[in-house]
Amino acid sequence: MPEKTFIVSHWMEGTGPYAEVAVSSRVRLARNIRDIPFPYLASNTQTNKVREMICSGAAEQENKFDDLHFLKMEEAENIDRHVLVEKHLISPLLAKESHNSGVFLRKDEAVSIMVNEEDHLRIQSIFPGLQLEKAWEEVDSFDNLFENKLDYAFHERYGYLTACPTNVGTGLRASVMLHVPALIKTKQFNRILGALSQVGVAVRGLYGEGTDIIGNMVQISNQITLGQSEKEIIRNLFSVTRQVIEQENAARQSLLNENREVIADQSWRALGVLKYAHLLSSQEAIQLLSDIRLGFELGLVPRIERRLLNQMLVLIRPACLQMLAGKDLDARERDQERARQIRESLKGLAS
Amino acid sequence: MCQECREEKANVFFTKIVNGVKTEVHLCEKCAREKGDLEFTFEPKFSLQNFFASFLSEPLSEIWSAPQREQHPSKVQCSNCSLTFTQFSQIGRFGCSSCYSSFGEDKLQPLFRRIHGSINHNGKVPRRLGGTTRIKREIEKLRQQLQQHIQMEEYEKAAITRDKIKSLEKELDELDEPDEVDETDEPDEKEG
Repeated sequence: MPEKTFIVSHWMEGTGPYAEVAVSSRVRLARNIRDIPFPYLASNTQTNKVREMICSGAAEQENKFDDLHFLKMEEAENIDRHVLVEKHLISPLLAKESHNSGVFLRKDEAVSIMVNEEDHLRIQSIFPGLQLEKAWEEVDSFDNLFENKLDYAFHERYGYLTACPTNVGTGLRASVMLHVPALIKTKQFNRILGALSQVGVAVRGLYGEGTDIIGNMVQISNQITLGQSEKEIIRNLFSVTRQVIEQENAARQSLLNENREVIADQSWRALGVLKYAHLLSSQEAIQLLSDIRLGFELGLVPRIERRLLNQMLVLIRPACLQMLAGKDLDARERDQERARQIRESLKGLAS
Repeated sequence: MCQECREEKANVFFTKIVNGVKTEVHLCEKCAREKGDLEFTFEPKFSLQNFFASFLSEPLSEIWSAPQREQHPSKVQCSNCSLTFTQFSQIGRFGCSSCYSSFGEDKLQPLFRRIHGSINHNGKVPRRLGGTTRIKREIEKLRQQLQQHIQMEEYEKAAITRDKIKSLEKELDELDEPDEVDETDEPDEKEG
């Protein structure tokens, strides 16, 4: 296995509005071709035909697909597939089972279009910070291009038809990754969860559906896809997110006013451990990265780029570590490699 | 200001959407807790799939299957991909786009209402689908807008909107397409 370098995805840049809390914004559209069974039920011939239809549809487009390349899942190495999952560019499902699946990836990795995932087509875009509108415009424009070439499954009443009834209608899922350490430290997050559930917003952990909240990272997304327009869904999630961000910022201020030394101490300790540790579990690393991030956002620890923090959050994961090391690693070796990668990343940082 | 006790400062804000009708609610923490709006505690293992499966397992099988089973036991099947409705209930996934028509409104609409609180798509429509659907939807939207303008007593805006509706209706007449089945204009039935 050759050593490879880590490509920074656009969403990791740490730029964009509200980047002090909002790490990234993602929008995806689910689309299917009329009458052909959904990938899990389709025959090999059918999924192959779907992939060909989608690829030739893309090939006929001018310009827009120039920056994208198509990767057939069965031709990708296992490790590369998992790196894409860890970078949030494809879903675990796409990496796991191949039904003649594949993905179009844009060079900047802000757009990824999955073929034969749960639906025939999943058009996704991720931007740094709170930029849902931008991500929506991006997927919308790709959707328009595919629509010219493919006979989409669309119902007069129910809208776009999807494999799972939770996606029917717009087929749109928008989500925002938020770093909310102050709301969690001040035990306000449960209160906010209650409010979020009332407005049709779902909350997940860092690694998506069914995962715990770790490193004070949460993903919030729209629950409803039928009945509201795409713009309403985006606007609704945007305003809910902005309220959460305001609350997080207020909680940070009160932490700063009342517990400045404690927070500073935590951040500096985190920096110390990450700069010098030789074994780091993923759980510990993620928690410490959160402590540093909070310290940096409050101006308590030296300037560290958000981009670096986001990057570390991804490259400490198993597939990325093995890709960087150029070989398979067992659990202990990964803890070692993780610590090494973080030490390297933080080398230049003044202490 | 809290809408409930009208004493405390409101610090819990949310919008309730029931059958597509939005209501803004502003409460203080105490009242919100008492009203049970904050009772929801986070279950980290929560997943949409389980959530959905729970829709299909008990309550809906009671609603749907019981009477149906007597008439024609689990014979509802998609004409295109052969997935049965029973299989759909177990795996929570449709087999193909035709399942949506094969399984029938009486089975799917209660399900969509429970998941989404609505049964009518209000968003994007493929351009290729032909002009009429798009125009009809546009007219529907403008009519709602017109009502709002009238309520707000914005008569100048209302007049502009009314003219837009008229010209779209004219366009629709000119297209003069044969009657197609269109149920999108039916209002959502209210849930009890």
